[in-house]
Formats: sequence, structure tokens, C-alpha cells
Amino acid sequence: MFRSQVLICGGTGCTSSGSDEISKVFEQEVAKADLQDEVKIVRTGCFGLCALGPIVIIYPEGSFYSRVQVSDVAEIVEEHLLKGRPVQRLLYDETVTDTGVISLNDTNFYKQQKRVALRNCGVINPENIEEYIAMDGYQALGKALTEMTPEQVIEEIKRSGLRGRGGAGFPTGRKWELAAMYHADQKYVACNADEGDPGAFMDRSVLEGDPHALLEAMAIAAYATGADHGFIYVRAEYPIAVKRLQIAIDQAREYGLLGENIFGTDFCFDLEIRLGAGAFVCGEETALMRSVEGKRGEPRPRPPFPAQKGIFDKPTLLNNVETYANVAQIILNGADWFASMGTERSKGTKVFALGGKINNTGLVEVPMGTTLRTIVEEIGGGIPGGKKFKAAQTGGPSGGCIPAQHFDVAIDYDNLIEIGSMMGSGGLIVMDEDTCMVDIAKFFLEFTVDESCGKCTPCRVGTKRLLEMLTKITKGQATMEDLDKIEELCYYIKDNALCGLGQTAPNPVLSTLRYFRDEYVAHIVDKKCPAGVCKALLTYTIDPEKCKGCTLCARNCPADAITGSVKQPHVIDPQKCLKCGACIEKCKFGAISIQ
Amino acid sequence: MKSLAELQAIKEKMKGSIGLREEDKNCKRIVVGMATCGIAAGARPVLTAFADEVAKRGLTQDVMVSQTGCIGICQYEPVVEVFVPGEQKVTYVKMTAEKAARVVEEHIVGGNVVKEYTIGANAK
Repeated sequence: MFRSQVLICGGTGCTSSGSDEISKVFEQEVAKADLQDEVKIVRTGCFGLCALGPIVIIYPEGSFYSRVQVSDVAEIVEEHLLKGRPVQRLLYDETVTDTGVISLNDTNFYKQQKRVALRNCGVINPENIEEYIAMDGYQALGKALTEMTPEQVIEEIKRSGLRGRGGAGFPTGRKWELAAMYHADQKYVACNADEGDPGAFMDRSVLEGDPHALLEAMAIAAYATGADHGFIYVRAEYPIAVKRLQIAIDQAREYGLLGENIFGTDFCFDLEIRLGAGAFVCGEETALMRSVEGKRGEPRPRPPFPAQKGIFDKPTLLNNVETYANVAQIILNGADWFASMGTERSKGTKVFALGGKINNTGLVEVPMGTTLRTIVEEIGGGIPGGKKFKAAQTGGPSGGCIPAQHFDVAIDYDNLIEIGSMMGSGGLIVMDEDTCMVDIAKFFLEFTVDESCGKCTPCRVGTKRLLEMLTKITKGQATMEDLDKIEELCYYIKDNALCGLGQTAPNPVLSTLRYFRDEYVAHIVDKKCPAGVCKALLTYTIDPEKCKGCTLCARNCPADAITGSVKQPHVIDPQKCLKCGACIEKCKFGAISIQ
Repeated sequence: MKSLAELQAIKEKMKGSIGLREEDKNCKRIVVGMATCGIAAGARPVLTAFADEVAKRGLTQDVMVSQTGCIGICQYEPVVEVFVPGEQKVTYVKMTAEKAARVVEEHIVGGNVVKEYTIGANAK
């Protein structure tokens, strides 16, 4: 029996900051202290607070160590594990208060969260099926197979109000019902784990931290819809997720939770992983299904919908990872429990990947209807450097921005659509006053231009032309006529593109135009970038009053654009200036400004 | 997996190791002094004995076994403090693995302080 357990985050974030090595050194140090029979070291999935990684939690105390370095490990073992004195200097500051160390669950970051889809992430070892079982794992599958009919399972999901977490928010129960309706000799269930939105990584976290939750949910979905085979389409850029998923599948087969006659019933189910090569369009359902078949990942018109003609032309149920991650909990705790969380038309919780100008970068799960203010200011810890909130981008390149005036809107599917954005997969990028909205729109459009599959003209050519016009604006070469053309083209692409990628590609442009039109106008008419981002529109000048002639700027200018004699005010040659900002950083007198 | 009972058996088996990871402020706490003095006096087997006994009885959900530094009464080491919510702290001194088993049985489970092991009974 282990008296203490050291949980080390093995998510992608912490792994990239060296948690593998930390884990190894922990093993060594624990062995050196002869504690290997008392202290267990567990690699878990993501805890969510990726900004503070690598993260180590020690139970039973629940001490939360952040930014742990290899050189800290010996001290933690010696002080905490051997002598029982938590190493204060490494504890997450939020847990250290005047009155002592508080529980992680009482910190601002976790206090307002409600973890359903992420409930096991950071708690269990994802490579050990028995730990998942200890957390009620596979109980829901057992319940569904032995106590419920497929119709009852579908009814339960319908009543829960669960909607697709991949972006569009289609009612999940309805989708299952449609898939169950079609009869065929072969039916499939599939999982869309081709998470492609820049900044979103909740699916990866579930795959890495709780892979069995996905397998269990897919088995339940197969039972409900009459399928016996499943595909998980996951991008190859998620190597840890793929590895853990394969381990989970192997273990589930070994325990008879995949395969023939599961729980002694007639139900048989098995599944396999299909790797995606990373094309964004393969997250679109029809393109994904073609890719599963081994063909080029290109979308096709719908109908027929996947429920009727999906993978290999057979009826297919396709859901997103986060959607599946809720299923077992709904079956176990009941539809009413799930529906008690959230808003009238958006039930349950939603995971958001916080990124951009925010202190607590990471993954958070909150009840639907939580306001943006709560997420950004309380859970996210606000914006670094005391800067002002300007907007948040939700839904990635398919979504739009939420400006400060909607800071108190309750976030759910319908409210976001109403204010011109969308839930998307849940990437939430926070922008402060230093962000140029034209530049942001351009950034997302660059992404869609890159990722357009090229099958239909509105998307292939339209987004390219749109990007060219936006580039003109950021260079100060556009006219107000261009602005009208941009809007016209946006609506044209929306109406005529073949798939979701193209239809939503203009959204970042349209929503920034809706809320920040004045910024576009400032670029076009005044030839100014109010946020000071678009380089072509900036001029660097030296205030002769403040300049002491120290020559520091001139010596550091990579373009030799600054001239002047010692102790005399210096001058910047705008023709040579690269606008790199090196001079501003060096100037000790605050004499250089951007206009 | 042929039956729900089989699944339940695995769950029960794993409960002990996973229960440690749930934070519960209302649980009973057994704290073993593990400074140099405590370790030298034999606190380590006491600590493991407590952990084993608690696990054996399936109490990991309700009882937390942890360590602390030097309490300052080194001549009485190994020292163990037991905190039961709503009750006064009990300090046991000169503990051994055998005594640990009895404390779990009588104090933690039975609710009766093992008076003869407490500091009050041993102080001279």
C-alpha cells in the first residue's frame, strides 16, 4: 500500500516542458531515499493549468507544485516525501495564503469550474484501465447493455440536451436517433478527433488524459445505433494521444470491454484508429469520412448525411471527442443531472482552451451560461500587465470575436451566434488593447487560405482575394471601396462554398467589421493602425526634447537608420527604418515613440 | 468482461489506491512526525503500518495518513497525532507498528482513544 502518490502531468504541454525527465528523476530520487514501496509515481493527463507546467501534485496532502524543474526534484523528495514538509517556494502561489496552504479546488482557477468531460484528466493514470474502472469507468456501458434498450439510451441522451461539442451544436440525441433509423448490413460509429482550430486542445486533453472515456462512449453509441465497428480519426500530430489511445484499446480488448459478447450480452464491438495527416478540412465530416476510407480528404455536398451514407457508404454516427466524453456520465447520473447544468437550450458544461493575452493559459471546463467576464477575469486570472480587455475570439478561424461590450453575455450556443460568433470547438483567444483587429482577421484568413482544400472556387479563390484586400488595408493601400468589396465577397463565400470550412471562413472578417469598423476605417482613411501593430503604418520618431544623444539607439539599430552626434538629438530615417522596435527597447529616456 | 460483478470487483480492488487522490477536508487525519528525530526513533515503520492498516480496512476514503516535521518533543518520538473533525487532537508517543494497528482499530474505527499510548499517560 502506498502512503503517498506523486502525480506528474503527462499531457502535451507539460511533456514539452520536460515532465518526462522530471518523472524519471522522481523515480531515481524516491529509490535513493528507499521510498519506492511507500510512494507511488503516476503519470496522468492534463490538469488544465498549462501555463504553470510542468505540474506535480502530491497526495494525500494535495500539494500543487508548479513550474517544477529537474533540479527541484531532490528537494521535493527529501523535504516533502521524506520529512513531510511541503516545499513552499514551489507551491502554486494561489494555494499559499496568509492562513496556510489551501486546497487547489479552492483557488480561483478551479473554484468555478465544473469538470465533467475532463473529470479524470489529471486524476488517473490514462495507461491503466483499472484506474479508469476505479472511477466508475465502464459502469455506464454495463448499465446500458444490461438494463437499457438502445431506444432508452437514445432517449436518455436526447433528454439530457447534450449538443455536439465540435462546433455546430447539433443535438446529439437526435443525431443518434437518425443513425439508428437507417438499416444496413453494416453500420459504423466514428469519432472526430481531428482537432484543428488554432488554439483549441480540449480533445487532445481527453484523449491523453482519459482515453477510456471515449472508448466507453463509442461502445454505448454503437449499442444505441446498431453499429459494431468504430473508427477514431485522430491527427498524427498528437503522438501522445495516439499512443495512449492504442494502449487503451489494447487494454479494453484484454479485459473484454471491446470484442465479442461484452458483459455476457449479444453486443459485439471493436474499433480502430485512423491517423489524419493534419489537413484542417479533414475535421469537416464528409472530408473526414473520405479520409477514413483512404481517399483524398475532400468534402462532398450533403445530403446524403452520414447517418444515411457515411463511411464506405454505410450509415455512420460521427461525434466529436468532447461530446463523447459526456456520454458515460449522462448514462450513469441520468439526463436530469446533466440538464440541471447550463442554460435553457445549452445544457451541461463546455471546455474552453484559454489562450492569448491571459494569465492562466490552459484548459477550463465551466457550466454553459458562464459569462466571458468570469472566464477571463476570475478563472483566467485576467490580462497580463494590467492591460484592458478588447475582445475574445471564439470558434477559431470559423468563429468571430466577442467585444468588451458583450463581456457579460452568458456563453452558450445561441447567444454566441446572436452576437456574431460561434461556440466552435471552444478555443478562446483573449486580445488586449495592443491587438489590431484587422491583423487578427488577416491572421485567421491566412490560416483558411492555407487550409482550403481547393475543391470549390468560392473558398479556393474567394478567400485568397479576401486576404489580398485585407493585406492592402494593413499596408495602408486600400480605399473605402475595397471595404465594400470585402463585405460583398464575404457574403458570397458564405453562401456558395461547398463545406463548413468555406462557409465560415469569412466570419472573423465579418465580426471584426461589425464591432471594430472604425479600426478598418482608421487603416484606410487615416493610414493609421490604432493598436500599433501593422508595421507599414507605423512611424518611429525621436523626441528631440527627451533625447540626450547617448547613441545607444544608433548603435543598436540593425538598419543603420538612426543618425546623430554624441550629446545631440538623434534622427530616424523613415526610408531605412525596419520598424523592429529595437531602439525603443534600448532608449533609457523614453524619447522614441510610435505613431 | 462477462458481468457487472467482475467490473465491480476491479473497482473495489482499486479503490484504495485511487481514494488517496480525493481531497476531503472532513476526513480523519493521522500525522506522523518524520523529522530526523522521528526517523531515527523508528517513525518510518510506524508510518507504513498506519498506511497499510488503513488500506487493509478499506478506509482510504475517510482517513488520511500524512507526515509532518519535528513537533519539538523529540524524547517521545515516534510521535503521532490524530485529528478527528470536531474533536480534540490526540497525541500518541513512542509509537511502534503494533501500537499503530491498535490505534486504527480502537481510535479510528472504534472512536475510543488508546489512553495508555498518549502523551498524557507517558509524561513524567
